[in-house]
Amino acid sequence: MSGVRVLVGTRKGAFILTSDGKREKWDVSGPHFAGWEIYHAKGSQLDPNRIYVSQTSGWFGQVIQRSDDGGKTWIQPGTPPGEQTAPGGMPKGDSNKFVYDVSAETGKSLTTHQWYDGTQHPWEFKRVWHLEPSLTEPDTVYAGVEDAALFRSKDGGKSWHELSGLRGHGTGPKWQPGAGGMCLHTVILDPRDPKRIYIAISAAGAFRSDDGGETWKPINKGLHSLYIPDPTAEVGHCVHHVAMNPSRPGVLFMQKHWDVMRSDNAGDSWTEVSGNLPTDFGFVIDVHAHEPETIYVVPIKSDSEHYVPDGKLRVYRSKSGGNEWEALTKGLPQENCFVNVLRDAMAVDSLDECGIYFGTSGGQVYASSDAGDSWNPIVRDLPGVLSVEVQTLS
Amino acid sequence: MIRVMLPSHLRNLAKVGYEVELEVSGEVTQRSILNALEARYPMLQGTIRDHVTQVRRPFLRFFACGEDLSHESPDAPVPDAVISGAEPFLVVGAIAGG
Repeated sequence: MSGVRVLVGTRKGAFILTSDGKREKWDVSGPHFAGWEIYHAKGSQLDPNRIYVSQTSGWFGQVIQRSDDGGKTWIQPGTPPGEQTAPGGMPKGDSNKFVYDVSAETGKSLTTHQWYDGTQHPWEFKRVWHLEPSLTEPDTVYAGVEDAALFRSKDGGKSWHELSGLRGHGTGPKWQPGAGGMCLHTVILDPRDPKRIYIAISAAGAFRSDDGGETWKPINKGLHSLYIPDPTAEVGHCVHHVAMNPSRPGVLFMQKHWDVMRSDNAGDSWTEVSGNLPTDFGFVIDVHAHEPETIYVVPIKSDSEHYVPDGKLRVYRSKSGGNEWEALTKGLPQENCFVNVLRDAMAVDSLDECGIYFGTSGGQVYASSDAGDSWNPIVRDLPGVLSVEVQTLS
Repeated sequence: MIRVMLPSHLRNLAKVGYEVELEVSGEVTQRSILNALEARYPMLQGTIRDHVTQVRRPFLRFFACGEDLSHESPDAPVPDAVISGAEPFLVVGAIAGG
């Protein structure tokens, strides 16, 4: 019997919501890691029982958790009692150790980035925003972090090493933190080409590697951002999220700070498809599992309010790959609603009737089992939702 | 035997009770206590002090015998009462956020 497992990261813990394929009745487990901010939780496509979690705290820093039984039990990779991993017999405590590479020539910081006052500032690790398990290697997982960089673990999260070609390719001094920090929040792996990786950074833009993460290039041609000195600069754009349908890995959809964009050439160029949206500001964007031209966004009122316009929670769907959008409202609050939907808080399942899921800053997680035509809350009163991912289980 | 008290989130990570007891070799300082703590509970590495710089995380404090030792040198000896085990060494999470 097929089913779904929804992984929800919130400001005060992780929650796991499970249902059968009908998606009508839900079991809720959690909070896992109560009291900690869970920026992201994601399962492996190679082994659905393997789930990685980014657990963070302003007090205690970063922790990585891993489950190998679908979220029933958790370990910090490399540190469970009794597991001997280091020469001295003690397990290592490296699963939360994210150390940036330094210059091979000078031994000093690889690069600096632009600070809020325009001066240059060294990279400082804050937290992991996004975990992306490999599509081909069972023990490989990528981590997008703040300050923006991409790390990779090849041992199931026990140790992490930076793919420093991203920071080191030359544009780093022009990157700058957005309001949420300078974060690498999106990691997309090409299912047809294991060497191709897309990432996105706020506020730097989108980047692509065609050699497994060794070298990178900015892919921001066509983006137009009025809030930076050169609106069409190579880097500096505040990209909020990027989405891809696995069946068409060269087609990307982007929710930028303002503007919804699409690329039909793997990011080499972008065109705006905001069309008739009530506002082209927002955070999430996702693609229907079976209809690669059907996309979803949640418009948000810019720039300081950051809640849905007019007190109405509306998902907008385009069945034409952008430009023509319809509001989806059935089952969603249409008065006195002032929530936000953050960048990693929407996901789709791959059941025959595609399910769409999103979580709000008000702690609701909504699900649609009919591709967005109608919605129901799975839970209404969680802590503010930071991320939502879905696993389709067979 | 050195007694160390941890905040609840770190007790949960290390799967320990309210207080842990540690053998600390050599001079008993903040650094040697934390080294011994992290050697026995590696999952605490990086949660109390930075992995690389070994600097105390900003929202954590170290107390003992009613005194705030947070700004003492990490290599200064801790009070005798901590060394004798009469008093615990406390790792305290700052009350912050509202």
